[in-house]
Order: sequence, then structure tokens, then C-alpha cells
Amino acid sequence: MPGEEFHEWLRREGRIVIVGASLAGLTAAESLRAGGFAGSLTLIGDEPHEPYDRPPLSKAVLLGRASPEHTELPRRREIDAAWRLGVAATGLDMAAKRVRLADGEEVPYDRLLIATGVRARPWPKEEEARLDGVFVLRTRDDAVRLHRRMAAPPRRVFVVGAGFTGSEIASACRDRGIAVTVAERADGPLVGALGGVVGAVAAELHRDNGVDLRTGVMVTGLEGDTTGRVRAAHLSDGGVVETDVVVVSLGATRNTDWLAGSGLGAGPRGIACDAGCRAFDFRGIVTDDVFVAGDVARSPHPLFGYQFLSLEHWGNAVAQAEVAAHNMISASADRRPHLWVPAFWSSQFGVNIKSVGVPTMGEEIMITQGSLAERRFVGVYGHRGRVIAAVSFDNTRWLEFYQRQIETGAPFPVEYRTVDRRPEGRKPVPADFPDPSLPTHGPTVTLSGYSPADRRLVFTPARH
Amino acid sequence: MTQAPLLRRITDHSSRADPYPLYEELRRTPVLHEEEGGPYVVSSYYDILGLLHDPRVSSDAANLAAAGDDELSGPEATGLPPSFLRLDPPEHDRLRRIANSSFGPPHRPRRIDSMRGELAGIVTGLVDGFGDARQIDLVDQFAYPFPVTVICRLLGVPREDEPRFRGWVDPVVAALDPDTRQGGDAGFRRTVQEARMQLGMYLAGLVEQRAREPRDDMLSDLAAGHGPGGSMSTMEVLSTAVLLLIAGHETTVNLIANGMLTLLRHPECLHRLREDPGLSVRVVEELLRYEPPVQLVPQRTCIADIELRGVTIPRESRIWLVLAAGNRDPERFRDPDRFDPDREDLEHLGFGSGIHICFGAPLARLEAQLALAELARRLDGPRLVEDPPPYRSNAVLRGPRHLHVAVDAVRPSEAVYF
Repeated sequence: MPGEEFHEWLRREGRIVIVGASLAGLTAAESLRAGGFAGSLTLIGDEPHEPYDRPPLSKAVLLGRASPEHTELPRRREIDAAWRLGVAATGLDMAAKRVRLADGEEVPYDRLLIATGVRARPWPKEEEARLDGVFVLRTRDDAVRLHRRMAAPPRRVFVVGAGFTGSEIASACRDRGIAVTVAERADGPLVGALGGVVGAVAAELHRDNGVDLRTGVMVTGLEGDTTGRVRAAHLSDGGVVETDVVVVSLGATRNTDWLAGSGLGAGPRGIACDAGCRAFDFRGIVTDDVFVAGDVARSPHPLFGYQFLSLEHWGNAVAQAEVAAHNMISASADRRPHLWVPAFWSSQFGVNIKSVGVPTMGEEIMITQGSLAERRFVGVYGHRGRVIAAVSFDNTRWLEFYQRQIETGAPFPVEYRTVDRRPEGRKPVPADFPDPSLPTHGPTVTLSGYSPADRRLVFTPARH
Repeated sequence: MTQAPLLRRITDHSSRADPYPLYEELRRTPVLHEEEGGPYVVSSYYDILGLLHDPRVSSDAANLAAAGDDELSGPEATGLPPSFLRLDPPEHDRLRRIANSSFGPPHRPRRIDSMRGELAGIVTGLVDGFGDARQIDLVDQFAYPFPVTVICRLLGVPREDEPRFRGWVDPVVAALDPDTRQGGDAGFRRTVQEARMQLGMYLAGLVEQRAREPRDDMLSDLAAGHGPGGSMSTMEVLSTAVLLLIAGHETTVNLIANGMLTLLRHPECLHRLREDPGLSVRVVEELLRYEPPVQLVPQRTCIADIELRGVTIPRESRIWLVLAAGNRDPERFRDPDRFDPDREDLEHLGFGSGIHICFGAPLARLEAQLALAELARRLDGPRLVEDPPPYRSNAVLRGPRHLHVAVDAVRPSEAVYF
């Protein structure tokens, strides 16, 4: 069948299966219907719940301001789908175009979207992980359990890892007047995501809010009592912290295990796909009927040296799902690239933190507005003479400007005057990431045009 | 024959009834700089949005004065420091945060919504006051008194003092008009300075009183000076109060009057609103795009060179952002000259954007929604007596001076509301 005819048939009566019934999966389903897909649609999700929103779970829900049962994602339109909830996908047969389910059933597809996301990385010592009082926080069920335990309230909560989730949990504890200890391997909270300069501010934020913050230490073990309840955490510096609730927030693991042996290019770092969300097989050949979106996807981004980015960002899941849905039912000439500029937000200790771009690529940072000491600032990250990312503490409204700077490959350091520039912000300083990414000698790519309607990529070859 | 510069034609009073063809002409030169020393005028949606978020663009009155503007409200002129509208961070952020702690979330999330019933009562009362009249001036009898009553209530300014402060407000508002400023003589400037001073002194008396005997109003909160966001000096309280008093009624009056005018020109929308008061939310949002009460922002200066569409705007230039032109930019809005409350994609520039985004937006929205829904419901057979109506001279805060409407009858109010 010629391409156009095939896509017409697909839109009319094709079968689309979406594995993963969370933000990306639901968004894709809605976008498919909005884009005129009239065929059969199946959504498969391993959790028994209808799609719900995760960001509130570590914020409003922990604070008791929202019930974990009431975080359903709003439905933008009727999607007329067959729902298979509470059943995990366990395998994929790409040749036969079938998804295997945990209950033995097989679901055939003409086009498949994989949006299985990530799960919380558990405490690595299984026996300790099973102790009563040891939690992770990723799903609604996790939130219900943790919330119930925090209502008791515990004498002390112990948080392993001071990334965004760990910091938000610590913030919620302090807000509720619960004593909390946070242990972090790096020199400060958020260092892995935002570097040491910003991490130092985050550390002050923790300590000023009464968090017992332990940095530069590892948790060597969790100790239980005779009844199997956790009672203490042991640290690499010899310290012992008595606690009755431990929250393990050591980041996430991609849900790709079910694809082992399928022939898809899937592994611990996610599923590789092209800018149009089509999955690669393990030989590096792009498939034409398997698409990927959301946290589980890794796709090359022209603004960031064509590195394969995998982003655990709410906005990315939405944008990528929309692009994937569009491309699944469009002929190749009509397909769109996923060129979302990474954006992330967090709220903790009463401060709104937001970042755009890829801070971890930054070698240096410059505080172009406000001041670190006041904890109200915009920091700009530079990578090989370009603006590559920006972060704001309580200064969100300026970030659109910096996003544009990233998109157009604006020069770094930022030499021009800005409002509220302080003396400390005149010179760049090392961004201080624990593991700086390797510099590449690649060409420069920028997004140009004044409006999203006339956006185009401009490719400037590198000079010798 | 040489035509007058476009900017002069826009600010000229004769263009007030319909400036939109001129804005269309303006967008053809997205960065317009007509005269040496004059402003750079920006009129396309995405360019305006970009500059509203650009940290190289300053709102500081001192920068504007340095850029050669006849600054009328500088500190030395009136003895009052500039309000947060005319300041950059960090001072802007501090003052706005303190003011907001008495107005909106996170500290007072329900302040505006809790006024809904009271606002509805004021609206009903004003329409009741039309009596048996067959012709009504919707500006003098409704669109002006309503927001004045509300802002007085919110701030804690006695409503009966309105005739007193209106005499001071008018010259201050006139001074915002760029055309007046170009032609303003020394006598006019003195009048404006005097008016701002008088207004400040009048409010100083109230603030002092509220500091002694606090009530449930914003002046009391500001005077108390120990809110969650920090405290203001007395002079800062006064310039904030002057700002809120003026902004609180000089903009909403135009939103309501422009709104009724637009609805009378689109009878099918008026009819739908009468049948379904809930439509007022969409009607007001589309009005903020289609006929924004603040047409342009003439108070920005760039503190560094800015490249825009191939034009370099040199540092220390004045920049005008023509919000009303951006709102009709076909690059952003399909069929932009059509009034269409059913639009799905409606991120208008009516309230600006960035750190100076309209402080009172939630109040303005609620006022306009209640006002238009009530007028639509209670005016039987409303029609314009003259179209276009006479306009106020101001090119920035644009709206009808009078809006004479003939009606068959005014329906009685319903016994129960909210």
C-alpha cells in the first residue's frame, strides 16, 4: 500500500496500542483522537488506577492538602479506548506485532506507543528494603502508605538522597513539624541536577528550615528491630540515626525489563528513539510502527549536541506524547520533530525552583539576576561559549527569556546588562557538577524564527 | 503630501474610536523608530511577549528619565517614591510581594472571591438606580461608579470622598497619555505634581488612622507593616495606595464600557450572554484581547542593546509595547479582527506578562464578568444611541467618555443572587 493510502486506512480502522497509562499515555490517546484517529485504541497500565498526576504526591498530598485519591488527570476529551488496567505488559513480539500481557493475553497492534515511564529505584539491599517503615515515593499507592504513616506522626523521618523528590519530602516533613534527617552522597542537595553552586543554596534552605542535613555521606545500612520495623540508619561516617520512617529517594529506573529479548533498542537508560519518536531496534535501525514517549524515551536533541536526552519532566511527557501521536498517524512528510526545550519545576521550603535547558551540560554558571544569598536569583549555565541552561529560585517569570537564549545559541558569558545584576553576577564561576559531561567539538544548531509557526533549525557547520 | 508620522496619528484623538487599522499598519514595521530620540515601537505578539520577559528591559522611572522622557512622576517631582509599577527588581519584587500578601495567594487566596456577593450587590444596586429611564449613560451611571466603589471598599477609602479624590486622579491619569505629555506645558506638569501630592496626603491621613484602628481592608494591612512579606515604609505605603487606587478604577471602567460597546455591536453574543451568564468568563477574556483597556505600555527602557527582527535597539532607548496591536496579530490569532468568545487559544496580552503582569487582574476579571452578565440580563432591547461613542482623549487607557444606550425597559432585579 502506498504511504498515503496506508495512513488513511490506519486513521480509519487501524489498531493502536499504548503501553503505559499515565501522563504520556493518556495525552497520546487524547491527541490521537483529536488528530482524527477513528480506529481501535487500547491502553495498558500495570497500576489499577486511571491516569493520575504525580507531582502533587510529593507536595500537596504529603502535606495533607490533597487526597491521594483525588489526583486524577483531567480528561480533555473522550478517548473511546479499551482499558487494560492493573495488568502489566510482559513482552513484545515485533515480528507478529503483538504485546504480551501478564495474564497471558496477547494484544495485536498496527502501531504501538511505549510510554511505560520509570519506577522508583528501591533500596538495593532487599532484606532491609522489606523492613516495615521503609518507603519509596512514585505511585499513588506509595503516597497513600507514606501519608498514612506520617499522620501517626513518626518521631523522625530519614530521607535517603537529596534530589528533587527527597528535598520535597523533607520540606513536607518540616511543614508538618516532623523531625527529618536527609543523607546525600554529594556535597549538597540537588547537586546532581543543578551543580554545586546552586546546591550550596539548597543546603542552606534545608538547614534554615530545620532539616538535619548530612552531606558527603552514604547510607551503609538500615537496621530493623526484632519485630521487623526499621529503627535506625547507619552512615558511612560512622553515624547512626534513629528513625521510624525511611524514604528512599535514589532516583528512578526505566521500565524496560519487559522488552528484554524483543529486539528493541531498550536498556537501563531507556528506549532510544529518533526525533520523531520512532523507536530504534538494537541494531540501530529505526522502526516504523513502534513509537516511544515520556520518561522512558531517549531521543537526540539538536540543541544539545544531538545527545540522546531522557527527561523525567512533566512537560516533556506531554509534548513528546503529542508529537508521537501525530507522527503515528501521519505520513513521513507530515511528521514533526520533538524539539522541546527541557523545563522542570519543584517547590520546596516555600521556594519555587525552575530550570530550562540542560544544566548538567554547563561548565560554568553566572548569576545574572538577583543574589544567591537572598535565594532569589536566575543562574545561567554556559557550555562551550553558549547559553545551555538556566535555573531560577523564586524568579520564574524571567525564564522564557533565557529559554530563547538557549534556543538561539546565545553567547556565554552573559555580557549585557540585566535588571537586578549584582556584583557577584559579573563573572562566571565553575558550575561544579560532580561528573562534568565531556566537551564535544560539534557544529552549532539553533532554533530560529519569531513564532512557533515559523520555527526552523539552522545548522552552522563547525570551522576547522 | 507627506503624511504625519504613524505614531502621531495613533496618539491623535481622532484615531481613538478605531485605532486598529493604524495598528495593522504599525505591524508592517515590527520595530518602528520614526523620529530621532523617539521611542522604538513594537507591535507584534511574539516580540512584545519576548520583551515583557527580557531582563534588558527596565521599568525603572529613573532609567526612563535618563532616556529623555518628560518624567512627571519622579520622586523629586512629588515627594512620593515611585510605585512598584515603575521599579525593577529587587525593589519591585519586595513591594509587590508585600502588597500581594494582602490581596491574593498564597497569603490571602480567598480575598477576591469572598467579595463576589458584595460585588454582585453593588452591580444590582447600580442597575436598580437606572429606574424608569429610557436612556442611560453606561459610563457615568455604571462603568465608572462600580469599580470605584469596589476599590474604595478593598483599600478602605470612604466612598463618599470620591468627588474629592476624583479631582486629583484625573490629572494623574491624563499624564499617562503620551500625547498629553508631548504637548504638556509647565502649568499642566505643575497641576499633575500637585494632584499626586494631594492624593498622597489624603491617603496619608487614612493610613495613619488605620494604623491606630485596623479594619478588614488593604490600607490597614499595609499600615500594620508586619505582614508575611515584610514591611513598607510609610512613603512606600502611600505610593502603593495611590497606584492601587488609580489602577483599580481607571482600567476596569474601560473594560466594562468597551465590553458593553462590543456586545451591542455583536447582538448575537449579547443574546447568548443573557441566556447564559456563565459565558461572561469567555466574553471577558476575548474582550481583553479584542479591546484591551490598556492599549500600550509606554514606560520601558532598554539597559543594553537589543537585536530584534534585524533592528538594533540601542541601550537607553525608550520602548513602547503596543499590547492592543499584538492582540490582533494574525501571526498569533486566527481571524484576529473578529470578536469571538468561543476562541480556544486565547493567551492575550491584555494584562501584560512577565513580572509586571497586572496586579489586579483577578479583581478586574470578576468585576467585568459580573457587570456584563448583569447588564445583559436586565437591559431590555438595548441599543447604541451613537456609534462610535465619544472617547476619552487618553491613548493608553482607551475607552468611551460616555456610552449612551437606549432601552425598552430595565428588568427588575432577582430576589436572590449568590
